[in-house]
Amino acid sequence: MSLFSRLFTKETEKEAITIVHLGRVQADGGRCVQCGVCGYNCPVGIDVRSYARQGLSVDDPACITCGQCIQVCPRGTLRWERMVIDEA
Amino acid sequence: MKHNGTAVAAHHAQAALHYVIVGNGAAGVTAAETIRAHDARSRMTIVTAEPSLMYSRPGLAYVITGEIPPRQVIARRAEWYEQLRLDVVHSAAEALDVSARRIYLANGSFLTYDKLLIATGARATPPPYPDASLKGVVYLDTLTGTKQLIQQARRGRRAVVVGGGITALEMVEGLIHQKVETHYFLRGKQLWNRVFNDTESALLDEQMQAHGVHIHYQTEAQEILPSRWGRKVRAARLPDGSEFRCDIFGVAIGVKPLLDLVQDTPVQLDRGILVNEFMETSVPDVFAAGDCAQAYDPWTRQHTLDILWPSAVAEGRVAGLSMVGARQPMQKGTPFNVCKLFGLHVTIIGQINPRSSANDEPEVVQHLSRGSSETWFSRAAHHTSAWSSAGSNTLRLVMDEERLVGALLIGEQTLADPLRTLIQAQADISAIRPALLAGGDELRTELLRFWHAYQKQVEQ
Repeated sequence: MSLFSRLFTKETEKEAITIVHLGRVQADGGRCVQCGVCGYNCPVGIDVRSYARQGLSVDDPACITCGQCIQVCPRGTLRWERMVIDEA
Repeated sequence: MKHNGTAVAAHHAQAALHYVIVGNGAAGVTAAETIRAHDARSRMTIVTAEPSLMYSRPGLAYVITGEIPPRQVIARRAEWYEQLRLDVVHSAAEALDVSARRIYLANGSFLTYDKLLIATGARATPPPYPDASLKGVVYLDTLTGTKQLIQQARRGRRAVVVGGGITALEMVEGLIHQKVETHYFLRGKQLWNRVFNDTESALLDEQMQAHGVHIHYQTEAQEILPSRWGRKVRAARLPDGSEFRCDIFGVAIGVKPLLDLVQDTPVQLDRGILVNEFMETSVPDVFAAGDCAQAYDPWTRQHTLDILWPSAVAEGRVAGLSMVGARQPMQKGTPFNVCKLFGLHVTIIGQINPRSSANDEPEVVQHLSRGSSETWFSRAAHHTSAWSSAGSNTLRLVMDEERLVGALLIGEQTLADPLRTLIQAQADISAIRPALLAGGDELRTELLRFWHAYQKQVEQ
């Protein structure tokens, strides 16, 4: 693979991740079985499981809100929660 | 770990205790976390017969399907134990002396406890064949067993899996992923027959066949036959005497609570360790939680076994609170499980036993597998079911005159959380009952409409 095509592939992979702003990943702790599929798929390496098992929202500043963890969770533990912006 | 300041201060006045927890699973670890949140000072020791730190047992299914590597199921790192000041002893607890308050370990030592939690869990029931320990006989109940299964699958060509529950199905899916020709033997005429009805079974059957699974209904293995040197699996013997060649024999015929430690002690047992709603056993200062505990269930008004992860977590928490003297009764939620089988999302809530014949008493313990609750199969009179299905999406409701008692969803999951809430809250559905009974699209539409109205009413 040439350097050019490697760069191109990488670029495509990056584009495949849609970043959604103004929201966060919220967990239903009762559904979580602590399998770790979420954290394994996190592109920035957040230990999503530690939030999910406690039913917390993923408040890690490194979270790029890509939603990968939501998609891969086999138990439907994670969901997207829009952040309400206080206009005042 | 956040500590509750007041509770910690109150406990400082007391003498430091030694909390001993046998079992490093969901219940044991949750209890430890709960104890430390209330008691910053006391000593805590967790005893485990397994070599690894705490891991997710449901996660093992995703290890064999290749979604995660084995190390990823480890749900607590060494630093977590250090932070909690929780000592880990990797040795089997072999004997319990309640009068001396001691447990004796396989490594020759003993531990003296002030409060003891038994959270030993459950293990796969071995098959009733003489050669069940041959190389190639595999289980999906421990991390070690799962690693062995993967190792065998790398070398193996043809597998037979026996067992009628979710674990057997997960094992079949894993073996297919490992590119092993997989033959699934079933006693009955349908898949997961304690849970599924004909249509649900047919839907999964279709998916499994599409993935290349060979399903053999009404087929039983009678014996596992060894290779010439007597060490490995060579074949399974069928009832007609013929041999079915295989080098892997997967067993998932149910689980049994691990009770060895409490046999021949004053701790009262039934099929599991009997506990009240505070997870207290019949012996003072001895508690039990998780898969090994048979806890009182207000739903069925019986002591029931739950082999569900969330139940183990909830029981571990209640046990921890009781152990520090902050007793709170267990509020057992509606049994709930979600799984993904061959790409199909399946959610089970409450009581869903589709059987209607009064003579058809389920042998619950024999068939109870990891990821199931006895409550699913408990019999309640006069239950009616309603049904809606469209393609690979099905919805089955089980209800009495006024409320929903259970639901099973395959595919489309929009209604899963609303149904869980409505079942748990025992919401009065009598107004929409005829529409639900009508089934089809109307059932889904009415249920959604009812849910939105219910939410508004609750908010007010």
